[in-house]
Amino acid sequence: MEDDKSLLKPQQGLHPEDNSRRNFLKQSTLLTAVALTPVAAVKAAESHMDEKIAEAFEKLPLKMEVNGVAKSLQVEPRATLLDILREQLDLTGTKKGCDHGQCGACTVHVDGHRVNSCLTLGIMVNGKKITTIEGLAKGDDLHPMQEAFLKHDGFQCGYCTPGQIMSAVACIREGHANSEMEIREYMSGNICRCGAYPNIVNAIQEVKEGGIAV
Amino acid sequence: MEDKISNKNSSKGPSRVDGRLKVTGAAKYSAEYALPGMAYGVLVGSTITKGTITSIDTKKAETAPGVLAVISHFNCPKVPGYDSADPAVKGPLKIFHDNKIVYNGQPIAVVVADSFERALFAAALVKAEYNAEKHHTNLKDNLTKAVAPHDDAVYSRGMPEAWKTAAVTVEQEYILPSEVHHPMELHAIIARWDAADKISVWDKTQGVKDTQSNIAKLFGIPVDNVQVHSKFVGGAFGSALQVWPHEVAAIIGAKVVKRPVKLVLSRADMATSVGYRPHTWQKIAIGASADGKLVGVVHEAAGQTSTFEDFAEGPSDVSRQLYACPNVSTSNKMVSLDIGSPTWMRGPGPATGTFALESAMDELSYKLNIDPIELRLRNYAETDPESGKPFSGKNLKDAYRLGADNIGWSDRSQTPGSVTKDGWLVGYGISGGVFGADREPVTLTATMMADGKLVLQTAVSDIGPGTATAMVAVAAETMDMPADKIRFDLGDSAFPAAPQQGGSTITSSVGSAVYMACRDLKEKFQQLIGNGGTDKPDYAKVLKQHNLQRLQVTADSKAGKEVDTYAMYSWSVHFVKVLVNPATGVVKLDKVTCVADNGRIISPKTARSQIIGGAIMGIGMALMEEAVIDDRYGRVINSNFADYHVPVNADIPQIEALFVNKPDYNINPIGAKGMGEISLIGMAAAVANAVYNATGKRVRDLPITPDKLI
Repeated sequence: MEDDKSLLKPQQGLHPEDNSRRNFLKQSTLLTAVALTPVAAVKAAESHMDEKIAEAFEKLPLKMEVNGVAKSLQVEPRATLLDILREQLDLTGTKKGCDHGQCGACTVHVDGHRVNSCLTLGIMVNGKKITTIEGLAKGDDLHPMQEAFLKHDGFQCGYCTPGQIMSAVACIREGHANSEMEIREYMSGNICRCGAYPNIVNAIQEVKEGGIAV
Repeated sequence: MEDKISNKNSSKGPSRVDGRLKVTGAAKYSAEYALPGMAYGVLVGSTITKGTITSIDTKKAETAPGVLAVISHFNCPKVPGYDSADPAVKGPLKIFHDNKIVYNGQPIAVVVADSFERALFAAALVKAEYNAEKHHTNLKDNLTKAVAPHDDAVYSRGMPEAWKTAAVTVEQEYILPSEVHHPMELHAIIARWDAADKISVWDKTQGVKDTQSNIAKLFGIPVDNVQVHSKFVGGAFGSALQVWPHEVAAIIGAKVVKRPVKLVLSRADMATSVGYRPHTWQKIAIGASADGKLVGVVHEAAGQTSTFEDFAEGPSDVSRQLYACPNVSTSNKMVSLDIGSPTWMRGPGPATGTFALESAMDELSYKLNIDPIELRLRNYAETDPESGKPFSGKNLKDAYRLGADNIGWSDRSQTPGSVTKDGWLVGYGISGGVFGADREPVTLTATMMADGKLVLQTAVSDIGPGTATAMVAVAAETMDMPADKIRFDLGDSAFPAAPQQGGSTITSSVGSAVYMACRDLKEKFQQLIGNGGTDKPDYAKVLKQHNLQRLQVTADSKAGKEVDTYAMYSWSVHFVKVLVNPATGVVKLDKVTCVADNGRIISPKTARSQIIGGAIMGIGMALMEEAVIDDRYGRVINSNFADYHVPVNADIPQIEALFVNKPDYNINPIGAKGMGEISLIGMAAAVANAVYNATGKRVRDLPITPDKLI
């Protein structure tokens, strides 16, 4: 850890260790963003007013459509789409498996494309349409990919399953489900520790061969 | 062509009863309950490996926005169970108990804040100062310190040194690196104090009853004052068989801030804080006569454990009973190092042990120039070589035949490195697997409701194999009623007692309880009906006729005298065909066939998935999994999925899961035995043996990475 410190050489006032956000706010307002920062915030920062006042200016508005429903939120810029879905919108179908974009459990569709929601800050999807596993079925009618996963037992514990299914739908949409090998390759961003891979491939192949639009 | 066959197989049989919840995202895992006033805990880990904490600067964290508490050993409320424990007795880490650091990454503080982001940020502001001491984390360097944990860890029969006199001998060392369970669901708990002496937790656990009693003991409150909910568990593989320090931290945090606290481990924490399969050194000495009869086997094992907890698997135990051999000695030892504690991981003991024994058997087969299956048949144990008892059920010869036919064993060449296909070397390998088939005590209620629906309740957990699905199948058959009218409730400490989901015991244990309860319930209905009853009672109608709202029975199921009469095991044989690129050393699995001999198959679809799943984890063990400690710092350096490789879809071919499917009614009334462990046990040796057959290179230190083959 000593090594880390010497390597980092934080800039005065810009490193989080250096007495937190008040100084950060003060520095950034003075240096760059005076015109963009409300006068009240500058004053709050300069007069060391309560953190609670300062923090009010640190939330940003986020408007997005989640599973067809318009959402209007105030979020911290550092909040990931994954944590916003799970902790603020109670859409826990999207899973946290690593928080590093390495396992795919958090896969959702943003404007129809699969993304790792743990690597996506909430504010990056402002104005976009998000589809999560909860938005895939039409009422009681499961999406064909959900039916196929059920039929072919494409899971055991079920934790990676929402991410696998969102990825699988995208895999077909992208045109990457033309052979078993291609499916395996393009589904390799979604780890399943229970080891349901052959069944997942079978499920995707069945949906692909069924020719139903996904 | 193959795809079509496999498609048919993967869709065969009834689907999971909880499958719809899992494919729609409606299944709720431990971290997914929204409680009012939720706070979030994030752990701070030690940056040294051994020594003492001299100070912790928590000021910056405490004044960070949203922070409710920063708890360390300096201000941690007393945990009664810690204080009453004899300090001389080794045991699980006592979190925030004193200033001692016993492994790198050990939690030294927890930050509780009103949001996850704020807790995570503030945790980064906590700085500790230490007095570091010299640490030891390397197994090989400390092997001379290996000790046996208890008397049973050392065994011998006949003349242990007899192998030396045999016509053909093999004497080799085999190394297994440390492996991490890494279930996809991060370990997580929500803890809430409902009163000064009442706790509710939503917790990732393989046994709600054990978690309940452990928490009660730790916090000095009555068992019934602890409620444990664990309806869905996102995999565990052994990592959730005990109460870990982070669970205690969350309960302490909730007490301090007087709010429910959610604590989810990071993926990096998962590599250090919830156990692992211990890095293990093994040595096998084996001797056989020229016609392939085993003369003697010596099998020694020594694995890592922590300094504060004794843990030793029984890897060498497989050599006591896998083959008929008169002269055998085995030992299982442990080496205490400055690392976190290991724990049970899928197939604990035999998974490690078969890598050594079944590799050595393969080496022997080439020295003898006898086909590896033939060598195993020549040493086939008709009765248990260790106890002398008959087996409750063993049909391993059927398993060899089924697998050999399926993989195309007749295409195998006895000469290593002699077959190529499109520039790749082709090889076949085989290994057996075995695991004890135990039946644990279970209490279960079966209640027929007025609407004709049957509700079964017991406090078992399900970490993924499909417990409810199999139990509903047993009930449907016994009651002769449709499966969709049966509900199986699990994962709650309020239900009657059931064992932990571990050690491949649940289908046998809980399945027998379901059978007994349903049998008794049906009998009660027949008595109500009178005149000898009917073949297929209309249960709702009978209840209505007798003006009953419900009819309930409770079954207490446990093993009986059969444990004295029989040796009871599940068996597996894994067949692997590999392609090895001679230029790059890349190993591709061309075909994998797994055969299980585990009694009657209750639920074909989930059974097949469990075998395939275990095989895949075994493939990971063979080809890629290895937790690496940088001994200079004592830290696990690949605590994430980019650096700790587990199999992904592209690594895995279609896998055939075959079942001998002969009921073993000697062990329980449903004739079924477990398969969670045997699905993995032996796979690593099967792959290693196939790689040898392809290349002539014998890899005795896992994983078999390309650098070891070029």
